[in-house]
Amino acid sequence: MLNKIWRQREFHFMLIPGVVLVFIFSYLPFYGLIISFQDYNPGLGFNSPWVGMENFEHVFHQPNFLRTIWNTLYMSVFKIIGGVIVPVIFALLLNEVARTFIKRTFQTLVYLPNFLSWVIMAGIMIDILGSGGIVNSFLGLFGVAPISFLGDPSIFPWSMIITDVWKGFGFGTVVYLAALASIDPGLYEAAVIDGAKRWKQTLYITLPLLTPTIVLMSVLSLSNVLNAGFDQIFNLYSPSVYESGDIIDTYVYRLGIQQAQYSVGTAIGLFKSVVSCIMVTLSYFLAHRVAGYRIF
Amino acid sequence: MIQDKSLGRRLFQVINYLILILTSLLCILPFVNLLAVSFSGSAAVSAGDVVFWPIDFNTNAYEFALKGGEFFQALWVSVQRVILGTLFNLILMVLTAYPLSKTKTKVAGRGIYMGFFVITMLFNGGIIPNYLIVVKTGLIDSLWSLILPGALPVFSMIILMNFIRGLPEEIEESATIDGASPLQILIRIILPLLKPALATVGLFSIVGHWNSWFDGIIYMNDTANYPIQSYLQTLLLNFEQIMQRSNNDYTQLLAMMNVRTGRAAQLFLGALPILVVYPFLQKYFTTGLVLGSVKA
Repeated sequence: MLNKIWRQREFHFMLIPGVVLVFIFSYLPFYGLIISFQDYNPGLGFNSPWVGMENFEHVFHQPNFLRTIWNTLYMSVFKIIGGVIVPVIFALLLNEVARTFIKRTFQTLVYLPNFLSWVIMAGIMIDILGSGGIVNSFLGLFGVAPISFLGDPSIFPWSMIITDVWKGFGFGTVVYLAALASIDPGLYEAAVIDGAKRWKQTLYITLPLLTPTIVLMSVLSLSNVLNAGFDQIFNLYSPSVYESGDIIDTYVYRLGIQQAQYSVGTAIGLFKSVVSCIMVTLSYFLAHRVAGYRIF
Repeated sequence: MIQDKSLGRRLFQVINYLILILTSLLCILPFVNLLAVSFSGSAAVSAGDVVFWPIDFNTNAYEFALKGGEFFQALWVSVQRVILGTLFNLILMVLTAYPLSKTKTKVAGRGIYMGFFVITMLFNGGIIPNYLIVVKTGLIDSLWSLILPGALPVFSMIILMNFIRGLPEEIEESATIDGASPLQILIRIILPLLKPALATVGLFSIVGHWNSWFDGIIYMNDTANYPIQSYLQTLLLNFEQIMQRSNNDYTQLLAMMNVRTGRAAQLFLGALPILVVYPFLQKYFTTGLVLGSVKA
């Protein structure tokens, strides 16, 4: 065995830098998770006193923790739904455009927001959704009173859902267009001979053949159900909308980093990681079973 | 595709184009607005008159941003980060992907290595343990805290691995017979063939490093070390305070613009590099999407 490894030593040497760095920055933090069972004190470090499950109990009894979980699920579920439906519809409409150049132009335009960070996007959102911004000016033309999209707790979650779908749907469109392009044109020709019009063709050929991709994308997004979009919400929320806008990740940040409650923050993080890990595993398993997808 | 010239079809085409145009406009008009605001006069912006065309055209906000020390400082940190970070990513990805693209018999323990890397995609320690490791390794306030923790992007590495597997094996075999060592084969033969895939994952890295902001915020105690996106993030929160601190000499310029124009100019400058390389990005990101998944 060792002899064999020695013969392949060059391959193993190549792997060393990656293994070492991943070990330090991904595996050592796993060890750091023990502080969620301790009363962490920066002076004592990992030798802080053990408290068992106390941090977890403390967290679960906080009324705003349950609210945070609810907010997370609420926003991410609607983001997932919108994030599947909108690109599917847009790709279907785009597919009806015959000229490649025009098709590609539309595709390029809607794909653009994907590449900019949420910091830039948030800056733009704050500007256009503000009281003097273009959205409210536009609504004002129809006599609508200014809406506080980012400051009103009852509207804030929907501002997040819609802007998130807006930023991301170009990516999904590209995926679905690729799937549409791979449909055998012979099927449409046969349908035309049978007298099927465009709508019937869409209903009986395009949609059924698109379904595996739709299922795959939905199943994969399941793994994100506890990530309601930290980058987006962190940059757009304010204390006035904490009640409806706080998600698990922003809560961990405020509690753990800002208020330096390292142990409690880590406990919430651990809880989230465990549930997320189960969701990711489940979604990859389902994706493999249902759509034959695997990433490695 | 078979042509359908019925009235219903034509009506559909008109409505379809209208929907596509409106949706695409929705995706780019916010950027047009941002640009218009950044070039407009303070009074017109405050009155909410600026829509998609600048009013009282001036470049005060840009002069201000470009004269200010902090903006350039942050830009310089980001440039260093993108260059070094991408270089690190590419070197580590190639070194890791090549041995892992081999079969089990050629590299003993391949499955163990794969598991070791893939687990980090499923489960992570969360922000607080990660933060504590960066503190413990003494990287706080150094550029390396933005580069080393993510030095090996596992997903991109898998894309490369899949790409290498698609290369014809005979080339390597003949090189082995000629007495080339694995490292020689990697550098002399595989690397040149890997160019298109490297362009794809390299662009992933460039965009990722350019757009990252959160690690800068938590790992840098001194705001002078902030990369551009972290700097812009603080700008969103308290523009006036930061501007007054950094630009004592330019109070005159500051008086001539308002918060919205100043912010818009800096946001636009922060987005500019991505907007410039966008046409290339789009192509390579779509390729990466295909390379990333193996349909079994």
